Amino acid sequence: MEIKYKNNNSSLTVYVYGELDEYSAQGARNILDKLLFDNLTSNKVIFDLSGVSFMDSTGIGLLIGRYKKLKQFNIPSYITGATVATEKVLELAGLYKIMPKS
Amino acid sequence: MENNNKMKLEFLSHSKNEAFARSVIACFALGLNPSISEIADIKTAVSEAVTNAIVHGYPSSVGTIVLESEIDGDVLHINVFDDGVGIENIDDALEPFFTTKPDDERSGMGFTIMKSFMDEVRVESKKGEGTKVYMLKKFRADE
Repeated sequence: MEIKYKNNNSSLTVYVYGELDEYSAQGARNILDKLLFDNLTSNKVIFDLSGVSFMDSTGIGLLIGRYKKLKQFNIPSYITGATVATEKVLELAGLYKIMPKS
Repeated sequence: MENNNKMKLEFLSHSKNEAFARSVIACFALGLNPSISEIADIKTAVSEAVTNAIVHGYPSSVGTIVLESEIDGDVLHINVFDDGVGIENIDDALEPFFTTKPDDERSGMGFTIMKSFMDEVRVESKKGEGTKVYMLKKFRADE
């Protein structure tokens, strides 16, 4: 699990790489929360999941958790780049209803 | 020749073993000549069942998880067993978005994903007597 980011015109893009499951979620959660907390002046956050090679419902919980935290600061979150397999899990959980495709 | 094979794997309820269990089932299922999407489906379903066993079956201890699989013609059977605390109310557990651990950012989608990615899912559990998840997927022979 690796996380990178890019700040562009007050839009923060977060790139997630690797497998997102129970084992990797706690580490990812800590890194993401620090990153988001350091960028609360962003007007939107885009989660780029093109580097995610596997994701299960633990990943859904992780994304919803970040969505809720950002919402407290009125920062909308978006998802982009999901692979076919990741897309299937996201669609099933209805995640695009709260984190639309960017 | 009839396509037939069987395997059984036992491992500790460490979350790093989720990736191990996923890899094993993906390799075993190669005997069915699966599509990439079928492989992704069974890896996700196994990951959900194993995660449940680790997080909910053994919340405060380390126990043993058994992953069994059988190829029977074009059908793949996958069973995941634990000897953990068991499920108090299976009907609740099967409901989409139901979770006993909302504060831990659990989505409550585990069984929903298993049911939609596999063709059949059956759960047997009793409080204090562990949990048995039986899943089945039919593989299309037209690949």
